[in-house]
Amino acid sequence: MSDKTEKTERLSVFKTYKLYVGGKFPRSESGRVYEVTDSKGKWLANAPQSSRKDARDAVVAARKAFGGWAGATAYLRGQILYRVAEMLEGRRDQFVREVADAEGLSKSKAALQVDAAIDRWVWYAGWTDKIAQVVGGGNPVAGPFFNLSTPEPTGVVAVLAPQESSFLGLVSVIAPVIATGNTAVVIASEQSPLPALSLGEVLATSDLPGGVVNVLSGRTAEIAAPLAAHQDVNAIDLTGADEVLAKELEIAAADNLKRVVRPQAVDYFGPPGIERLTAFLETKTVWHPTGSLGASGSSY
Amino acid sequence: MASPKASAFEYAPAPESRSVVDIAPSYGLFIDGEFTEAADGRVFKSISPSTEEVLSEVAQAGEADVDRAVRAARKAFEKWSALPGSERAKYLFRIARIVQERSRELAVLETLDNGKPIKETRDADLPLVAAHFFYYAGWADKLDHAGFGPSPKPLGVAGQVIPWNFPLLMLAWKIAPALATGNTVVLKPAETTPLSALFFADICRQAGLPRGVVNVLPGYGDTGAAVVAHPDVNKVAFTGSTAVGKEIARTVAGTRKKLTLELGGKGANIVFDDAPVDQAVEGIVTGIFFNQGQVCCAGSRLLVQESIHDELLDSLKRRLSTLRLGDPLDKNTDIGAINSAEQLARITALAEQGEAEGAERWSPACELPSSGYWFAPTLFTNVTQAHTIARDEIFGPVLSVLTFRTPEEAVAKANNTQYGLSAGIWTEKGSRILAVANKLRAGVVWSNTFNKFDPTSPFGGYKESGFGREGGRHGLEAYLDVR
Repeated sequence: MSDKTEKTERLSVFKTYKLYVGGKFPRSESGRVYEVTDSKGKWLANAPQSSRKDARDAVVAARKAFGGWAGATAYLRGQILYRVAEMLEGRRDQFVREVADAEGLSKSKAALQVDAAIDRWVWYAGWTDKIAQVVGGGNPVAGPFFNLSTPEPTGVVAVLAPQESSFLGLVSVIAPVIATGNTAVVIASEQSPLPALSLGEVLATSDLPGGVVNVLSGRTAEIAAPLAAHQDVNAIDLTGADEVLAKELEIAAADNLKRVVRPQAVDYFGPPGIERLTAFLETKTVWHPTGSLGASGSSY
Repeated sequence: MASPKASAFEYAPAPESRSVVDIAPSYGLFIDGEFTEAADGRVFKSISPSTEEVLSEVAQAGEADVDRAVRAARKAFEKWSALPGSERAKYLFRIARIVQERSRELAVLETLDNGKPIKETRDADLPLVAAHFFYYAGWADKLDHAGFGPSPKPLGVAGQVIPWNFPLLMLAWKIAPALATGNTVVLKPAETTPLSALFFADICRQAGLPRGVVNVLPGYGDTGAAVVAHPDVNKVAFTGSTAVGKEIARTVAGTRKKLTLELGGKGANIVFDDAPVDQAVEGIVTGIFFNQGQVCCAGSRLLVQESIHDELLDSLKRRLSTLRLGDPLDKNTDIGAINSAEQLARITALAEQGEAEGAERWSPACELPSSGYWFAPTLFTNVTQAHTIARDEIFGPVLSVLTFRTPEEAVAKANNTQYGLSAGIWTEKGSRILAVANKLRAGVVWSNTFNKFDPTSPFGGYKESGFGREGGRHGLEAYLDVR
């Protein structure tokens, strides 16, 4: 080696983007990847091209995680969602870069998206222990009964993330699903999956139990079909589907009467409202006689 | 069901008078405020399932009639939705009051057309119908405060298809919230029970309801399918079987129609060893024999803790022996007729399958009337979770008895079904009620009671029992443009 080493630019370390399933980072079981480019066609990375089997594995992971996550206290879910926001803040620069590449935005425009996305996590984190009070409650029964209507998560939700808004849109469809105690199988934007795959890395370090959110990249139509038809998926958000695919998937979803959210135009910068929180909630009404304190001591 | 020992329970016949209701020999469709014949002139007969007597001949709506009704509803929507909520409210209050005034007549009519005991139509169906209209009437001018944002908008024309088990009550569950929120309605009653909906059309006229706000189209499944598929319908609400519900979900896929479904069930009624046996037995009987078990939220699976199985079954059998089956118009009748020959055939076939698969069948000594459609109260013991009678909705007076040892096992068995509509819990231990209720995947959980309904309380299912809620504040959402 010589002393006359020329000063060369350091060769950066590429990241192998992987799926996020059951708290782990597997490659697609199919071994397939596809090229992800930026808005100008420059190669960014090879993303896993998930198979039907990956989709089914993700459902198994989501189902396994459901009991624990739905059964966690709303306070704990809020703490964990807030932790996600904290971790995102720490990786803010990375997401700004990824969103800028993905959506062809300037750094400052991309930063607006990322900041809004982080703030959205915080917003939903605060909802976990409030939604039950807003949409549930006691009912004034005309008779000697007490009853209480309570929202409960519907179960495993398949989420077709928006195709255009690779991060703010993504966050806006994932956070409400898990805030209420559901678990999610998310199909990332087909063209711009990298922010979603990186989000998996954030979730993995935010105390979110493995399997609560599972992120798949690949061809939306290929992955969505088995999810829409899956008998152990309770609901599907079709946001990332075009009109033709959405209809096809809604028909398949009827087979076990999944709760369906149809695609609609959304401005993700606007105030979200609570519709996405209530979309994947069931209402359970529990009754009990109030009894009386009469001589018999009972009024069943 | 006279047995020598039960002689103390012999009753003289006490029939409610039929003269309170005047059933015309024929009825038309109710479109745009007028009774009218079907475009193609088709009619069908509605019979009394307890006697097989023809009650009336009813016009059968076809596609052309559906189209005409939807147009009428669309036309009426403009003015109806623009009315101040306080005015819509007053129409609904009027309807509630007229239902109350005519409740005896409607109870007798419903009992004749449906076959259910007068005791039930008089004391359950009709009071709940009136209460439902009264409840939603009050919402019409308070929608801003219902939690769906400021001035939530109606959807438009609601196509509603209802079942035969609670004809007028299901009509009320559908029409009251739809009108309160400013929608107009095309309603298809079931082919075996069209009459009370047609009487309701007359009530709308008495109430001065604007033409076209409520349209009633009797017919069979194809009529319902045409209502659901009509391109100018904005909202579809269906109560009925899960199979048809899935078909409807496929039909509206890819449209902007909002859908709510209230479908089948296979409710678990869980009895723990510390439950007061007599009360539990009453709850079990109410759970599965109310309305001859033709109830989507029936407690059709009895899960009894193993240690009290024999004691509970003895009491239950003793109690079933005192149930009085017969003339639905008799005020002492507990068990009326099955709604149709078709339903009777289905119940019969499933019960036979229960026997064939090895479950043990029992019914009290019970004489069935010679005409009409009847099925004796029946229970099956030695039922496993794999048995068809533990999985399929029978929709009849047939109870499948299973056992469990631990609360965890009870919950696992209760949830082991495609359905998720109702469940019951019987125990004296409060914390156990709350823990078990928490784990049950069902939309309505009755603890130490069963089959209680109230207009303020949301009702509806998890899983394949459907989606959306009817009743209460929650019931408004189905008819508002909120997502």
